[in-house]
Amino acid sequence: MTGTSTAIELARIEKWFGSGDDAVHALAPTNLDVAEGELVVLLGPSGCGKTTLLRMIGGLLEPTLGLLKVGHKELWSNGNRQGQALSELGMVFQDANLFPWLSVEDNIALPLELKGMGKAERRERARELTKLVGISGFEKRWTRELSGGMRQRAAIARALSYNPKILLMDEPFGALDAMTRDTMNLELQRIWTETKKTIVLVTHSISEAVFLADRIVLLSPRPGRIDTIINVTMPRPRSLDVQATPEFQDIARTLRHRLTEIS
Amino acid sequence: MSGPVMRDDDIISLPPPAARRKPMRESLLPWITTPLLVLLLIGTWHFYVTTTKLSAFILPTPYAVWEAWLGLLQSQRAWNNTLSTIYVTVVGFIYALIIGVGLGVLLGRIRWLELTLNPFVVATQVIPKVALLPLFIVWFGFGATPKVIVAAVLAFFPILTNTVLGVKSVDTGHRDVMTSLNASRWQIFWRLELPSSLPYILSGMEVGIVLAIIGAIVGEYLGGNAGLGFMLVSKMNGFETDGLFAVIVQMTLLGFFFYFATRALQRLLIPWHQSIAIR
Repeated sequence: MTGTSTAIELARIEKWFGSGDDAVHALAPTNLDVAEGELVVLLGPSGCGKTTLLRMIGGLLEPTLGLLKVGHKELWSNGNRQGQALSELGMVFQDANLFPWLSVEDNIALPLELKGMGKAERRERARELTKLVGISGFEKRWTRELSGGMRQRAAIARALSYNPKILLMDEPFGALDAMTRDTMNLELQRIWTETKKTIVLVTHSISEAVFLADRIVLLSPRPGRIDTIINVTMPRPRSLDVQATPEFQDIARTLRHRLTEIS
Repeated sequence: MSGPVMRDDDIISLPPPAARRKPMRESLLPWITTPLLVLLLIGTWHFYVTTTKLSAFILPTPYAVWEAWLGLLQSQRAWNNTLSTIYVTVVGFIYALIIGVGLGVLLGRIRWLELTLNPFVVATQVIPKVALLPLFIVWFGFGATPKVIVAAVLAFFPILTNTVLGVKSVDTGHRDVMTSLNASRWQIFWRLELPSSLPYILSGMEVGIVLAIIGAIVGEYLGGNAGLGFMLVSKMNGFETDGLFAVIVQMTLLGFFFYFATRALQRLLIPWHQSIAIR
């Protein structure tokens, strides 16, 4: 990994919702570059535009103004998403959003099916992915038979199925209990190390942000804009014990104070 | 504190044996209570008729009804009539299904079309549809066609409204998944909207099939020389009260058959759904 190439480029990206007097300025012009293989965490209070920003990068929302490049390709042009750029992205949502009428395996392989891959090949790939995310043996189950943590694992596997370079995660562990959340943070770090993906993750948990991030982008609300960027240089792989180190607590304290001031 | 720590992430453990046995017992309950209640009902009926010495024209004994029903089963004409009712019900229901689901998908997806057509859809619902039957007979004669139409018109509405509801109830998170995967409109329909609406459509079918039977039978009452509805009228005209009951029994069995057929379809098509998992 060189770390020099950029995976995502945002140049004066701006978002307005509505028009005229009712218009809401969701995101002020924002510049941000994410390097290949980097794990960037977007952190901020509700209404700071972090999810809006992520959904724009993910091609679910069109920026009102500005230039957005994914893997050196423009994502939006004249209101149309460019499929080529989109295939560089995999998205994971807060709700796992698995389809209950498909088995775990078919959910994971859904993107491949949409792209026209044959059944045997899909099954093979799904098997690799269940192994990667730690849910081997559950391929044939219905999704309702899985626990919350396992569903998120399956959702991550689905996003990785077509091997995109970038993983976008919108509060992926927000709905999980604290203990499962810790486990999933460790697991995400492992998966990230194994797959060398670029990850942009949205969260409102300070400890999750400090634990996972190479770089924390703190956003402030009304309108949403980048407030502070903090580099986290603690060595990897990080164990949960890292939370007890002075360095971790320093960063967490700085973030907490700043969050109180801006929200 | 040592020893293995179990997380729900790692294992799906089996419930203790006692907890597993209980739902089994519960599901067996109707198999015992239903025959008992039916026996009780028939017993009361028999007792009432014999003690009050009621005329057989008013209420025949259960045994007389049983005999009449056995007679029905041996009569070729009765079978032809049953088949005729089945034909009208099934054909009418299939029309209702095709038009109801087709139109429902369009109305659920296209907002301006829904707004435009909604008054007419409501009108087809509030019109007493049976009142249209004489008109259909004038137009299409005394054959199967007017009855098929009445069966279809009756079954159509619940299928339509349920389909519209189903298409509109597609989870926005699921839509996000398909959008982020750059799925085509067609893929979104086949892979998301249709399977997601299927439980709604099937519950519309459950109501629709029963209404289709009603439509068929009412159609046969009024204009016809075939079907169980026609048979009912001729038994009434002949003061054959036991025969009347036998035809009602036959119709009820038909209703059960169709109802359980749609239930079986649910098990087949939406085995993943909560409503199936709980049963």
